[in-house]
Amino acid sequence: MSTGVDTPTVSGGAVPGGPGAAGGTRPARARRRTDWGRVYTIAVLAWLFLPILFMVAFSFNDPAGRHNITWQGFTFRWYQDALAYPDLNQAMFNSVSIALLTMVISGALGTLLGLALGRYTFRGKQLTNLVMFSAISAPEVVVGAALLSTFLMMNVTTGYWTTVVSHVMFCVSFVAITVRARVITLDPRMEEAARDLGAGPFTTFRLVTLPLLFPAVMSGGLLAFALSIDDYIITSFVSGDVTTFPLWIWGATRVGIPPQVNVMGTLLFLVGVTLAVVNVINSRRKR
Amino acid sequence: MTKSFRSGSETVTAVTGVDLAIAEGEFFSLLGPSGCGKTTTMRMIAGFEEPTGGVVRLDGRDVTGVPAHHRDVNMVFQSYALFPHMSVADNVAFGLRRRGVDKAQIRSRVAEMLDLVELGHRGKHRPSQLSGGQQQRVALARALVNQPGALLLDEPLGALDLKLRQSMQVELKRIQREVGITFVYVTHDQGEALTMSDRIAVMNRGGVEQLGTPAEIYEHPATRFVADFIGTSNLLTGTVGGRTDAGTWRVEVGDGATALAAELPDGAEAGAEVHLTVRPEKVRISVDEPEGAVSRLPGTVTETVYLGSATHYQVDIGSDQRITVYQQNTSGSGLVAERGERVWLSWTPDHSYALTD
Repeated sequence: MSTGVDTPTVSGGAVPGGPGAAGGTRPARARRRTDWGRVYTIAVLAWLFLPILFMVAFSFNDPAGRHNITWQGFTFRWYQDALAYPDLNQAMFNSVSIALLTMVISGALGTLLGLALGRYTFRGKQLTNLVMFSAISAPEVVVGAALLSTFLMMNVTTGYWTTVVSHVMFCVSFVAITVRARVITLDPRMEEAARDLGAGPFTTFRLVTLPLLFPAVMSGGLLAFALSIDDYIITSFVSGDVTTFPLWIWGATRVGIPPQVNVMGTLLFLVGVTLAVVNVINSRRKR
Repeated sequence: MTKSFRSGSETVTAVTGVDLAIAEGEFFSLLGPSGCGKTTTMRMIAGFEEPTGGVVRLDGRDVTGVPAHHRDVNMVFQSYALFPHMSVADNVAFGLRRRGVDKAQIRSRVAEMLDLVELGHRGKHRPSQLSGGQQQRVALARALVNQPGALLLDEPLGALDLKLRQSMQVELKRIQREVGITFVYVTHDQGEALTMSDRIAVMNRGGVEQLGTPAEIYEHPATRFVADFIGTSNLLTGTVGGRTDAGTWRVEVGDGATALAAELPDGAEAGAEVHLTVRPEKVRISVDEPEGAVSRLPGTVTETVYLGSATHYQVDIGSDQRITVYQQNTSGSGLVAERGERVWLSWTPDHSYALTD
C-alpha cells in the first residue's frame, strides 16, 4: 500500500505540469488504483471488525429495557456486575475449561499427526488426509447429529466429557494441518545433526523437533481454543444438560441478552488477541 | 560396502563395492560428480544409512547397525544444520551435554573451540545473526568439540563464495593439523580435494575409480574418467605400435604421428587401441622439431589465449584430435606461435599414460 501512496507525489507533485498532457494518464491511473486498494482494505477491515466493535461498544451501553440493542448511554455498570448471573458464570467456566482441554489434547494429538503426515510415508497416509479434510468440511449439523447417535448407541450419557471428545474430534485436524505445513519446511538435516551429536530419538524430539515446531503447535492450539469456545451447533447435540457460553446466550435470546454477555465476550476477545500477539512476538524472536 | 535404495518397484544401487581404509589422522577426500555415491558412502559411515551389504568399521570395531547417536563420528552438514533456536555456544555444547560432561568443563571446552574457529566473541549470538562463513565455522566447532574418532564433512564449503571458500580451505587444513582428528571430506570440487587432502578416492557411478595422493591422482590418472575429471587433460586415441630401443611403447595417433608411452596398461599389447593422457602444462610447444626420446607431434595452432602468467594454445594434430597446451610466459617474448602456424608438440614419455578405459 505505502509504495502506491508515495508514487503520485513523486511523479505528479515535484514538477507541476512536468509530465504534461502526454504522460498525464500514468500518474492519474496510478492514483486511482491506489485509492481502490485503500477502499477495499478499509472495507474488508470494517467488515471484519464492525461486529466486534458493536459487541465491545454495547458492553458499555446503558439500556432502558431488557433489550440491549439500541444505544442509550455510557456506563461501566456491567463490568462491575459482570458476574451477576450464576448460570452465565457456570456456562462461561464450562466453555473455558472445555476449550483449554480441547487445546491441550488436540494440540498434542494434532502435533503428532502433523509430524507423521509431514515427515513419513506410511500405509493409510492418504486416507488420514482424507479423513482430516472431511472432518473440517463436513457440515456441523451432520457431525453433531452423528456424534449424538454414536454416543447414544454406545450408551454414553452426554455431558461435559462427550463435549470435550467431540471438540477434540473436530479441532485435531486444524492443528495437524498447521503443524504439517511447518514440518514440511523443516530441514531434516537438523534432526540428523542432533542424532549425530549423540541425542537419541526422544531427546532429538524434545530438544530440536518440538522447539522448532512450537510456533505451529501454538497457532494450532490457539485455533483449537477459538473453535471450541464459540462452538454452538455440535455442542448443542452432545452437551447433555451441561450449558456452555454460546448455549446460554442462545437460550437467553428469547428473554433478552443481558449486557454481561457483551462484557464476557469483550474480555474473551481481549484474552484471545493477547495470546495471538504473544505467539507472533515469540515466533519472531525465535527466528 | 554396497548400498541400494528401493524406490517403488525399482532398486537403485547408489554405492557398489566400495572398499576404503582410512588411516588415523588423515585428511581423506571422497571426490566425484553429483550422484557418484560419495554422500551415500559418508552417510553410511555416519550411521544415517545402513549398508545393504558389507560392514563399517570404526577404529577396528564393527559399527554396522549401530545408530548414529552411538557412533564416535561427527558430521558437518552442507546446510550447516545449526539449531536456530539455540545460541552459538549452546549449539557447540549440544554434543557434550548429551554425553553428560560436567558444566564447568563444557564451558571451558566450548570457549576453547570457539576460539579455535575465531568466534570466541560470538557465543551468545543466534546462528541467524552470523554470516555464512561464520555459521560454517560454528558447524565445524560443534562437531569438533566432541573430539570424534573421525570428522565427516559433506561439501561444507559449497554454500560459500569463491574467496571465502579459498580462505576456509587453508583454515580447515590448519584446524585439522592442530586437532589431529581424521577428516573425511566429501566434495565435487577437485581443486578443493587436491589442495587439502592427504589422500583422495575419486568416485564415479557408485564405485571408486582411483585411490591415491593428490599428486598420484593428478600425475598418474588410472582411468579416463579420472584424467578427465581432475584438472584438464588431453586424451588422444591411438594404436599401440612397437617398442623403442629405450623400452618405451610407440602409440600411433593418426596421420603418421607417434607418441611415446612409458608403460602399457595391464592386458594391452601391440595392436591394441589405447587412450593416451597428457596434462596441458607437460606439453612443450616449439616451431623447430625437437630432439631426443620424446613424443613428437606436428600440428597447427587453432587458438591462442593469453592469460598473463601463461598462454593457452589449441593445436590440431590431425585426424580430428586436438591438444591443449599451457605454456608459462617466462621470457618476455610473448607468443611462441600465432594462429594458423605449424608447430611441434613434445613431451617426455613418463608424462603420458596409456589407458584402456
